Amino acid sequence: MKTTVFLGAAAATALMAGAGFAAEGDTLAQVKARGELLCGVNPGLVGFASPDANGNWSGFDVAVCKAVAAAVLGDASKVKYIPLTGQTRFTGLASGEVDVLPRNSTWTFSRDTDLKLDFIGVNYYDGQGFLVPKSLGVSSAKELDGATICIQTGTTTELNLADYFKANNMAYQPVNIDSNAEGEQQYLAGACDAYTTDASGLAATRAAFANPADHVILPEIISKEPLGPAVRHGDNNWADIVRWTLYALIAAEEYGVTSANLEELSKSSQNPEVQRLLGSTDNLGQMMGLDADWAKRAIMASGNYGEIFAATIGEQTPIGLARGLNAQWTQGGLMYAMPFR
Amino acid sequence: MSTQTLSPAYVRSDMLPAAAPPHRQEGAISWLRDNLFSGWFNSLLTLLGLAIIWSLVSHFWPWFAHSVWNANSLAECRQIIAEKWGDGANGACFAVIRVRWHQYIFGFYPRAEYWRPILTMGLLFVAIAPVLFSVNASIRRWVLAGAGLLCMVLLAVTASPDWSVVLVWLLFAAALLLAEYAPGRLLIVTVFYPVLAVWLLWGGSPWYPFMLLMGFAVGYGVSALVPRGMSAATGIVVTVLWWVFRAAPVAGLVTQILPLSLPAIQSSVFGGFLLSVVIGVSAIALSLPLGILLALARQSNMFIIYSLAVVFIEFIRGVPLITLLFVALVLLKYFLPPGTNFDLILRVIIMVTLFAAAYMAEVIRGGLAALPRGQYEAADSLGLNYWQAQRLIILPQALKISIPGIVGTFIGVFKDTTLVGLINLYDPLKGISDVVRSEFAWKGIYWEPFIFTGTIFFVICFSMSRYSMYLERRLSREHR
Repeated sequence: MKTTVFLGAAAATALMAGAGFAAEGDTLAQVKARGELLCGVNPGLVGFASPDANGNWSGFDVAVCKAVAAAVLGDASKVKYIPLTGQTRFTGLASGEVDVLPRNSTWTFSRDTDLKLDFIGVNYYDGQGFLVPKSLGVSSAKELDGATICIQTGTTTELNLADYFKANNMAYQPVNIDSNAEGEQQYLAGACDAYTTDASGLAATRAAFANPADHVILPEIISKEPLGPAVRHGDNNWADIVRWTLYALIAAEEYGVTSANLEELSKSSQNPEVQRLLGSTDNLGQMMGLDADWAKRAIMASGNYGEIFAATIGEQTPIGLARGLNAQWTQGGLMYAMPFR
Repeated sequence: MSTQTLSPAYVRSDMLPAAAPPHRQEGAISWLRDNLFSGWFNSLLTLLGLAIIWSLVSHFWPWFAHSVWNANSLAECRQIIAEKWGDGANGACFAVIRVRWHQYIFGFYPRAEYWRPILTMGLLFVAIAPVLFSVNASIRRWVLAGAGLLCMVLLAVTASPDWSVVLVWLLFAAALLLAEYAPGRLLIVTVFYPVLAVWLLWGGSPWYPFMLLMGFAVGYGVSALVPRGMSAATGIVVTVLWWVFRAAPVAGLVTQILPLSLPAIQSSVFGGFLLSVVIGVSAIALSLPLGILLALARQSNMFIIYSLAVVFIEFIRGVPLITLLFVALVLLKYFLPPGTNFDLILRVIIMVTLFAAAYMAEVIRGGLAALPRGQYEAADSLGLNYWQAQRLIILPQALKISIPGIVGTFIGVFKDTTLVGLINLYDPLKGISDVVRSEFAWKGIYWEPFIFTGTIFFVICFSMSRYSMYLERRLSREHR
């Protein structure tokens, strides 16, 4: 057995010399040949990616997976969700374990360049905030000098926190935690004065407390956390497909195309932009190796951007996030799809 | 001089009945005085211990006593507790286990197919019974009956199809009959169990794993034909050649003749205890023979074999398991040609097996070292060759000495399987709990899943530990 291992290693090395890296190549062709999209998601983030008791996934990030699968494979259910931890997400993408990574990852300079990822856009503009108990009597993050703060390791939030306190000439005691669940426990047990993570996560955490009214989210947002799907560097066509699928969802909201009126609009709409988007006139899909109906199927999968937002994390859900920065640019937000032309 | 005939009047001809011990030496009070209050220092320690137990119980008991088993969300649990026990009362919300227990056990395995892992588990007991309980028929009977009962209960609570219940009834009736009248025949199940288990769990055609198993038979058959001396090497070569070149085509051929097939299940849906047990049992079963070979290799006089064994063992033991798992997850993918889909669970099983084998080798080497030199010399003086000496004299004694260490390694391996949660698999401890918490209804639940999974882990590990003690007692020869 021992020698088998060495022989195996030798054989693998020989194969590698000829084959190059597993991750390179034509992702679109691989996905079509496999008949399944490998989508890297957060295994447990309320509202963004969550499997129910029957193993059906839903959530804001999952909707991106479904839309891409619908656009590429014609079936939103042909997705294999690969749960990736904070530590394994980027290696998982680089090694070819997943095709696309919509896993609430912040788009940063070093991740885009050094880690050889391509962020194809932003599906949620988040920012880091603080959750404190009301009894602490603090109304601004500027008053947190000397506080103990629960912070998840291995995330950008850890670095932002250090930056913010340094810039404001304050001191803090970090309490390192491994997961959101552990952070909540530590915070509730009084191990730290404040809990910091993305504001969307704080809202969900606070909403799930026994007494949400005893806790406040401080008004300061100390960082920019543009969360977006990432793909591997080097396969530009695949990046285009994922990017324009996301834009199709955003543009659909802007033009008032919903999953309900989609069929009707594709026949009757007089708006040339809508006609191009839904493939009624030009065949835009062909330019990136898809058919004319790709965007129609992507929007059908779980609705346009606004519908997805409302169904997964919006104000009607227990998480209750307002659109804020994530409103359309016409409504004072940052969601801005490039023209379909 | 005939003194024997004298019978002096003061010699008793019958024994006196034993008198009761003095009053102060029996009863609960005496026991307490002997064991708990035998001096001021021990009395103090006893009181301190009682105080600690009391503080723990009084702290946790209300939480357990206020448990809610019937609710659909954490908020509902809190509401029920507040209604029943007043505001500010604390209580456990075990309703999450009631709603999601199947994911803790089976992961995302399709619900309609739950009978397959259950049957696989039942067959596992049938397969190990003739090996682990070969001597004592009554223990074997109880183990089989218990396993059958457990299968029935699981089939009932998972609402499995009726025919699967009938199937399990028939299987266990047959197994119990065989165990009574021809226990040796049960070994047939043991031999074919790996094929059966792979087929039941992953589905598809059974013939490919079957043909892999056949490789051993082919290798053995060929090795019997060639002259001694060359036979072992030829057998190994033929087996490997069969695996590489003939197993797939022959399996394809047999599949065409006998299309026996179950719906295929992807590895990605495995999770919870199903995943832990699959990885744990495979690693345990494979690491023992591998560990024995490595231990023998490390004692070998042949330089290359000795060096390879030392390098392998020391390398593996010098690297944390989590590193090996990351290698399995990430690095292997780079080494394999593009598009290769080398199953992640298989990769993990290989890594965990190698890891466990290195530790096993050292445990067994301890057993080998504990044998007096005279045993080796006695084997040599009988004219036994190396393998005969190992098989008949050395290993039976060395393995018996190593039992506690071996079972300790098994338990460690089984618990280490929870580490796979860090490489994107749904282990029962963290992976499934994260999944459950990501639904808003159960966000904020923390201790209840730990208690549930901890209890199951305890039952399994404690059983293994008790079995090792039973085995030690059964094999002890020194003090007969």
